[in-house]
Amino acid sequence: MASDTAAASELSTEDGVRRRDWIHIAALGTAGVGGASVLFPLVSQMAPSRDVLAASSTEVDVSAIQPGQSIKTTFRKQPLFVKRLSPEEIARAKADDGANMRDPATLADRTKAGHEDILVTMGVCTHLGCVPLGAAEGENKGEFGGYFCPCHGSHYDVAGRIRKGPAPLNLKVPEYSFKSDAVIRVG
Amino acid sequence: MSFAWAKQYEPQTAFTKWLDEKLPFPRLVYNAVGAGYPVPRNLNYMWNFGVLAGFCLMIQIVTGVVLAMHYAANAQVAFGTVEHIMRNVNYGWMLRYAHANGASFFFIVIYMHIFRGLFYSSYKAPREMIWLLGVVIFLLMMATAFMGYVLPWGQMSFWGAQVITGLFSAIPLVGEPLQVWLLGGFAPDNAALNRFFSLHFLMPFVIAGVVILHIWALHIPGSSNPTGVEVKQESDTVPFHPYYTAKDGFGLGVFLILFTTMVFFLPNYLGHPDNYIEANPLSTPAHIVPEWYFWPFYAILRAFTGDLSIPFTGIVLIPAKLLGVIAMFGSILLWFFLPWLDKSPVRSGHYRPMFRKFFWFGLIPTMIALFICGGAPAEEPYVVISQIATAYYFLHFLVILPIVSQVEVPKPLPFSITEAVVGKDKPGGTSGGGAIDAGSVVEGLPGTATDGSLQPAE
Repeated sequence: MASDTAAASELSTEDGVRRRDWIHIAALGTAGVGGASVLFPLVSQMAPSRDVLAASSTEVDVSAIQPGQSIKTTFRKQPLFVKRLSPEEIARAKADDGANMRDPATLADRTKAGHEDILVTMGVCTHLGCVPLGAAEGENKGEFGGYFCPCHGSHYDVAGRIRKGPAPLNLKVPEYSFKSDAVIRVG
Repeated sequence: MSFAWAKQYEPQTAFTKWLDEKLPFPRLVYNAVGAGYPVPRNLNYMWNFGVLAGFCLMIQIVTGVVLAMHYAANAQVAFGTVEHIMRNVNYGWMLRYAHANGASFFFIVIYMHIFRGLFYSSYKAPREMIWLLGVVIFLLMMATAFMGYVLPWGQMSFWGAQVITGLFSAIPLVGEPLQVWLLGGFAPDNAALNRFFSLHFLMPFVIAGVVILHIWALHIPGSSNPTGVEVKQESDTVPFHPYYTAKDGFGLGVFLILFTTMVFFLPNYLGHPDNYIEANPLSTPAHIVPEWYFWPFYAILRAFTGDLSIPFTGIVLIPAKLLGVIAMFGSILLWFFLPWLDKSPVRSGHYRPMFRKFFWFGLIPTMIALFICGGAPAEEPYVVISQIATAYYFLHFLVILPIVSQVEVPKPLPFSITEAVVGKDKPGGTSGGGAIDAGSVVEGLPGTATDGSLQPAE
């Protein structure tokens, strides 16, 4: 159609666009897409591998835990605290439900209905990932009777809620369910 | 590069003549650290630390490559192979202690080098690029040192990895997935150890590459000097060899005496006993601190204990954790802007009375306070001290330096380096006094005097 102008556009048109620009854009675009698709596996290989992901659920027998006692186990290679709250601790946690907290949550939010005495949390301080004290006999439970992180001084209450110190969030409650009254499945 | 009066390389033998045509490597060495590189005649011992830093990098690469022949980066055996190096491998104890203490000495040398740059304003034009590349090297060194400390897989290794990768989890939205991606799992484990080993092996060579750029950029304007007055004439300089090879050689001897004293008599003084306990994901050591060279920055991280929120509403703008992380990274990234924050045309602290007061009585005590607080437990009075020191640190660079450079009346500068060293020896050299303007500082640069000879030696 525009055969007579084609020869002129070999060099350049008035607005500076040349026919050869197309091949530059196409070549660089193709190389760019190719390069980006090579980059993807290089980035993706650093994500958790299948075996790490496969080991991502744990079953815990909670029947032997006495009121007021906690056990430490692992979930995804991280510490997991399972605590059976005593009636006094439940009362204390409920009394604090309305207190001014950094990450407000009630005890009911953090436990399963019908199992209000079983508190399952990660044993990983939400500040920088240390293991808080308070799960074992005789450890410092902090000013609120729950957990205390010695690294940078975060205090968690009996329900694992952050009350004082630098941590931004409550101790994380992982996804879990009761398989029976005695066994929970985490993950 | 060079000044017009730089000596030219002249190959003497048939072999060096042949080599000079094919691959002029001896010429490169001659022009870079030989008689063909004129250097200001008045450099003091603070100018030794660049060469020493290069030497430290070589110690680390040589001992590190050898240690890698005996180490296995696997969470099951890593701790054991380090003990194997210590007990079974011939001279393994010496190589490992040299590598561990070599890291500390590398940081001592680098901190002296940075201190020199800050006092004599070596970062100012025309040397901004040297400074910027130096900050890049420092950041790479910090990453390398952190990953190296994880490799023995002791308690401090493990919890250091947990805490430092935890810094990334403070980033909004992508933080948690980013931390999992960096670790290759939900907690430090085999995947993390392996990639840290791979990167720890790679990064020193990346550092060596940036060091080459750093030296390349240095050789364009040439070294600064204690007067801060640029080289103007041949009498201002001496050839690098033999004058500074000898001076650097002496400094190297002193350095080696101190270094070997630590390696042979106090090898664990700078380490933590907890790192001789194998990593245990279920038990955090009571007192986690990084290696001493990170203490000032760790103090800045921990100084932020409260959220940034809108008063009386409880709306949190930036949580305390993120504030600390931003401040810690910001405290170093700030150095990238230093050449443009300090606008005073006078370089050397010797001729800047007001700057000097803030330097010695402001910045230096602040750094000492941050150093002490970073190594101390997170309790009073260290928290308050680190908060005050952190505030001064940012104030110093962002407010005090720009204001001082505007209001200060500098002392009279010498006309030339030669005049500063031996008094007036040139009849033409007059009137150096008074505040100098930026134009006269730049005057006499090799770039203006000897166009075309600016190119580096290769």
